[in-house]
Amino acid sequence: MALPDPGAFVSMMGVTKRYAGVTALDNVDFRVGAGEAICLAGENGSGKSTLLKILAGVEQPTEGVIQIDGLQKDQLNPRLSAAAGIMVIFQDFSLFPNLTVAENIAFACQLTQHQKWFHKRDARTLATVALERIGVDIPIDERVESLPVAHKQLVAIARALASEARLIIMDEPTTALTEREVRSLLRIIRMLKDDGVAVVFVSHKLAEVLEVSERVVVLRNGCKVAEGPAEEFDTTSLTRHMTGRDVPEHPPNRLIETPETLMQVRNLNKEGSFHDVSFDIRKGEVLGITGLLGSGRTSLAKALFGLVTPDKGQINLNGHPIPLGDPIAAASSQIGYVPEDRLTEGLFLTQSIIRNVAIGRLDHHDKHGFLDLPALVGDASKWSNRFKVKTPSIEAPVQSLSGGNQQRVVLARWLARAPLVLILNGPSVGVDVGSKSDIHDIIRNLASSGLGVVVISDDLPELISTCHRILVMRLGKIIDEVGAGTVTEDELAYKLAS
Amino acid sequence: MNGFFSPAGFFTRNETLVALVILGFSCIATVSDPNFLSITTVSDILRASIVLGILAVAAMLVLISGGIDVSFTAVAVSAMYMTTTFTLAYWPEMPWPLIFLLSICIGGLLGAINGIFIAWLKLPTLIVTLGTLSVFRGFLLTFVGSQRISALPPDMRGFSRLMVARGTTEGGSFYALPLAFVALIFVILLTWFLLNYTVLGRSIYALGGSVESARRIGINVLRIQFFIYVYVGMLAGLAGIIHGSMSRMADPFSLVGHELSVIAAVVLGGARLVGGYGTLTGTLLGVALIVLVQNSLIVVGIPSTWQSVAIGLLILIGTGVPAWQAKKAAAEAA
Repeated sequence: MALPDPGAFVSMMGVTKRYAGVTALDNVDFRVGAGEAICLAGENGSGKSTLLKILAGVEQPTEGVIQIDGLQKDQLNPRLSAAAGIMVIFQDFSLFPNLTVAENIAFACQLTQHQKWFHKRDARTLATVALERIGVDIPIDERVESLPVAHKQLVAIARALASEARLIIMDEPTTALTEREVRSLLRIIRMLKDDGVAVVFVSHKLAEVLEVSERVVVLRNGCKVAEGPAEEFDTTSLTRHMTGRDVPEHPPNRLIETPETLMQVRNLNKEGSFHDVSFDIRKGEVLGITGLLGSGRTSLAKALFGLVTPDKGQINLNGHPIPLGDPIAAASSQIGYVPEDRLTEGLFLTQSIIRNVAIGRLDHHDKHGFLDLPALVGDASKWSNRFKVKTPSIEAPVQSLSGGNQQRVVLARWLARAPLVLILNGPSVGVDVGSKSDIHDIIRNLASSGLGVVVISDDLPELISTCHRILVMRLGKIIDEVGAGTVTEDELAYKLAS
Repeated sequence: MNGFFSPAGFFTRNETLVALVILGFSCIATVSDPNFLSITTVSDILRASIVLGILAVAAMLVLISGGIDVSFTAVAVSAMYMTTTFTLAYWPEMPWPLIFLLSICIGGLLGAINGIFIAWLKLPTLIVTLGTLSVFRGFLLTFVGSQRISALPPDMRGFSRLMVARGTTEGGSFYALPLAFVALIFVILLTWFLLNYTVLGRSIYALGGSVESARRIGINVLRIQFFIYVYVGMLAGLAGIIHGSMSRMADPFSLVGHELSVIAAVVLGGARLVGGYGTLTGTLLGVALIVLVQNSLIVVGIPSTWQSVAIGLLILIGTGVPAWQAKKAAAEAA
């Protein structure tokens, strides 16, 4: 156990947390100084979230000591933590969608001050001041549900500031943001630091994390495995600490010579989303489509699978036209689609892994209107084993899995249907580093086995390491096509934004 | 939030829609019967709104918090009948304010039972209140009594004769507004103040918005849920005793069965079943519309058997149109 540090704002010493026999945190020391920016890195299940919850007072540690301003705190709860100035901005922001911006910002403050009466005018003043402090302009009488994601996050930050936060903890703050929004978030974080507000940054996105933080703490399997100034880490060493192994990034596998064309897209058009898009996908090819948020890449991806109906254009698969705007027809012509938001669009979260995989194969095991259950289960378990879904039981609900494993379940479901073309929208969004590299291996192997794969993503390293060709979209048009290995990440980023 | 008078917000609000339907209905009714537009009709409708109105305010509070309560009619009738039998047995001359207080307390106690199951044991609100609806009513009929009592304590009958306004129109028809109407006004003002000017009230909205968020920023979810169900029980107790006094009979079979029309009135007024939304204005307009349909459909020449069809259609249209508009707006934004 480390000695208490007199200069620290918060010190956690020898903190251990066990849930029903599982050790989520094991004897961890964690210290935050005033105005310090710390990156807390770790894969899913490394204990990051548990650490946050203990600081927020949502969970109590099994063992260990927490000191705030040098004073020992025996029992933290959300109100005490907030009163001490520790505010956590959770990934979902924990806002109230039905209340106004002003009220959301003022709420926590009113609670910590034990106010009984609600004064709308005070709430609005408080909100205006907090928003001015981070230099953003959001209509304070708007309901939060009608705000874009980036604004919701700013409201959450303003709420933390309004209740006089001295430590703001941000859980995966950049996942839902566009490149430009991330820039302005980083600017705000620097401003907070100058004001003496400490920031703990929890993130998968390593490059951003290193840019803004002064100190890095890495957790793995509940233990602290590395700590040091941010200058001493780079993406490779950070990845090694997080995963405990080296994760090499390969270039894409070589394309087979003179491959046949699998899918032809001709003059696909949807007013306001994408214009006159044409391209081919060959057998065994991985085609990347990239663009900033709002470039039409998501609408195009959905249109390929019939989820968005184009105004005109044609899609051919092996020379036969496919009806537009009809996902069932697309699926039965053996096109697969893995959505970006697998939680709401791709999975039945409360259902078991086996059921989630099997749903794609129901019609295949239909025997005169009855389901051949043993064959279905055997089939589904074969596929989930093949994708190494990490779980104690295939009967476990999908929501108990990590992001990477959930993505494998979605992939297993589609591959059980033996598709010809697989469309992957954001295949590694919200997936940790180790699983990400596994998913990239899966993509490469699929292509080698003769599938056409479309990867839609704004993760440039991902595109460069998996795709044979990358189409760049801007304002609904394909503005450029680059070949594998001919472009660096910086060049690609420039093409996207210019 | 769109301002009340901003055009976009104004026309998509349930309140506006319901108000327009009320206006339209009144116009048609006036055309088919010129006597419809009279102080007599207004006072009839206000009188009929009292019990429904108090119950609707109670139901609205639960809907805002993200729950649903179907047991309040059983609470109301139990509080009313128990109070009446107790008063008759031990102190028939009890003054009416005490009788009312007793009924409110019994209602609060029964509400606390809901509160214990929902706040402490964290059971789903619909399941709990479906259960207590049946248990409260069964308990009442088995152990307290199943006789209709028309010989009410004298002060209860006395209360029903107290009027804030009464008179005769030039045409010779009587009108009267009972004192009980003041109780409705009081409940509205109290709840309005609670919801808009106290942190407790805003926490009820917050709870309906997201329970998890509420817990994370340190709202005492348990205490607030318990408060809600006790408050709702107390309002039900008040509504019950007013119902008994005004109908001049303690009927243990009354009220139960009307919980869905109360919830219908609230939903019609714009409260959402998912929680977090609901206004007193909307709820009261919803109540007014339901009462209008129940009392005056006959004036327009529609047989009274069509009542439930009309109410059902109103719910479908009244909640369907705003939902459809919202969906269209979302589709355009995507």
